Amino acid sequence: MTIAVDPALAGADADGLLARGRWLASDIYTIAWRYIVAIRRQPETLLFTVIQPVMLVLLFRYIFAGAIHIPGTSYVDYLMPGVFVQTVSFGSVSTAVGLAEDLQKGLIERFRALPMARSAVLSGRTVADLVRNLGSIVIMTGVGFLVGFRVQTSVPSFVAGLGLLLLFAWTLSWAFSLIGLSATNSETAQVMAFPILFPFTFASSGFVLVKSMPGWLQAFANNQPVTKVVNASRALMSGGPTATSTEEAVAWCLGLLVIFIPLAVRKYRRTA
Amino acid sequence: MAQPAIEAVDLEKTFAKGEVRALDGLSLSAEAGTVLGVLGPNGAGKTTAVRILSTILQPDRGRASILGHDVVKEAATVRRVIGLAGQYATVDENLTGRENLLMVGRLTHIAKRDSLVRADELLEGFGLTDAANRPLKTYSGGMRRRLDLAAALVGRPPVLFLDEPTTGLDPQGRQDMWVTIEALVAAGTTLLLTTQYLEEADRLAGRVVVVDHGKVIAEGTPAELKAGLGETVVVVGLHDPAQARKAAALLTGLTESAPHVDGSSVELTGRAGPRVATEVLRTLDAHAVEVTGLTLREPSLDDVFLLLTGHRAEAADGTDGSGAEQAALARAMAGGGARGGR
Repeated sequence: MTIAVDPALAGADADGLLARGRWLASDIYTIAWRYIVAIRRQPETLLFTVIQPVMLVLLFRYIFAGAIHIPGTSYVDYLMPGVFVQTVSFGSVSTAVGLAEDLQKGLIERFRALPMARSAVLSGRTVADLVRNLGSIVIMTGVGFLVGFRVQTSVPSFVAGLGLLLLFAWTLSWAFSLIGLSATNSETAQVMAFPILFPFTFASSGFVLVKSMPGWLQAFANNQPVTKVVNASRALMSGGPTATSTEEAVAWCLGLLVIFIPLAVRKYRRTA
Repeated sequence: MAQPAIEAVDLEKTFAKGEVRALDGLSLSAEAGTVLGVLGPNGAGKTTAVRILSTILQPDRGRASILGHDVVKEAATVRRVIGLAGQYATVDENLTGRENLLMVGRLTHIAKRDSLVRADELLEGFGLTDAANRPLKTYSGGMRRRLDLAAALVGRPPVLFLDEPTTGLDPQGRQDMWVTIEALVAAGTTLLLTTQYLEEADRLAGRVVVVDHGKVIAEGTPAELKAGLGETVVVVGLHDPAQARKAAALLTGLTESAPHVDGSSVELTGRAGPRVATEVLRTLDAHAVEVTGLTLREPSLDDVFLLLTGHRAEAADGTDGSGAEQAALARAMAGGGARGGR
């Protein structure tokens, strides 16, 4: 047995603001690293991250493209921003499930007894989600190009569109952290997450024109964040007026972040 | 006078809006370099006490300190000097053993290179070197528990909390864990250990507090606790409760403490078990009371409780441990344990 115990304080931190900032960044990185390593080793997360996005692109491209005609644009170009948004939305379920699981298994308990920054658990998780979503989007873009998707605007504009998608994805991570922390186990987290996602992703401009929906549904579809984000990224990637739609989409994201970050952090502090 | 390494004074904690009183004025203390055993059945408040002492929970009332640092006001400092291993192995299933220890090292703010060295040192110390690069999913229960303990030691904490470290382990796993804990104690760690097993407290702890319904009902050395118990429990099985009561009346005076009737059996605790057993058979035979079973066993937590409180340890059957283990397992599977709060 080679376990010597040193009575000196372990990892005594310098108390300077700079040192604390450095450790906060380090803690966020460590937590994010842990989730990213886990993606490769968890078949179900890999499914969310890689296979499901590819399937969505292919299914929508070949099933709906023949049936849905969008005036003035090819359906693939219309579709892709919708698939991007749907993928990051559905992917956020794994944020809720992952956090619920960590709570259930007692891992968060261990984190609470460590001298790490408390805020790093949630921020680290949302940073890992950003990396995962970026991966999904890159894969989908590649597959999209193979089946006829073309950027109709410019590269900077396309990149701005991707940036907006990531901002939306990050917003959802915070919102679904709250669900994960509120659920008693991972199954409940999943059951809670999907009914919230379905109306927002499908009753949106993601796959069809909102005009084709009944009037009462149009009122909802036109005024909810998924539609706003889809419209803005569609304008940025495939053309159309970008200014108002982008402002609206960014405003939605920031507004939701202002609500959900404090709620999630408060829930984390209270969940013992 | 030296400051106790671990001190809790009048801790109170309720859950479910005051419906569940987990701690009801619990006080305890442990001198530096000693082992304090916290003995009690499921639901006695042991885990809640550990969670408060390790800064995870805040008490409703009362105070606690580790090496003189208040667990609420100086929580950040306390977290640097404690290690915690729970009854549920709190490690990441998807990471390898080495990655888990590296993660804890980094989150304890130890430089990456030192964290890696420390991880390998601990893996070797716990006999996990061969499994170091395998995800935890492939580990056995005993291996997980060892890794969990290793994770608690990453920062070389001078104060260690072990919450039921052997609950759910097989006899060999329990034996191995005891040897490991003894090595830690020999190296000077102050240890607070919760357990449902009198045998475990007896073997590992210098002092024991017995907890029931959120407060300490007895304390002393294991020898002092057992002194009132005698050394052997004789269990006499009879046909029915009426026969058992009759037998108890006949056997009164045979041992220092009065016979205890439990359903259709009678229990006697005495220093000389075999002799008591012989007397029991002789007495009952003389009065034509038929004996259906006779067992001799070591005193358990249940017997301590019986002695101290007059009631059995609730929610846990301490006589063989398997009931308690099943209860713990059921809780672990239901997912309530990690955050349920006792």
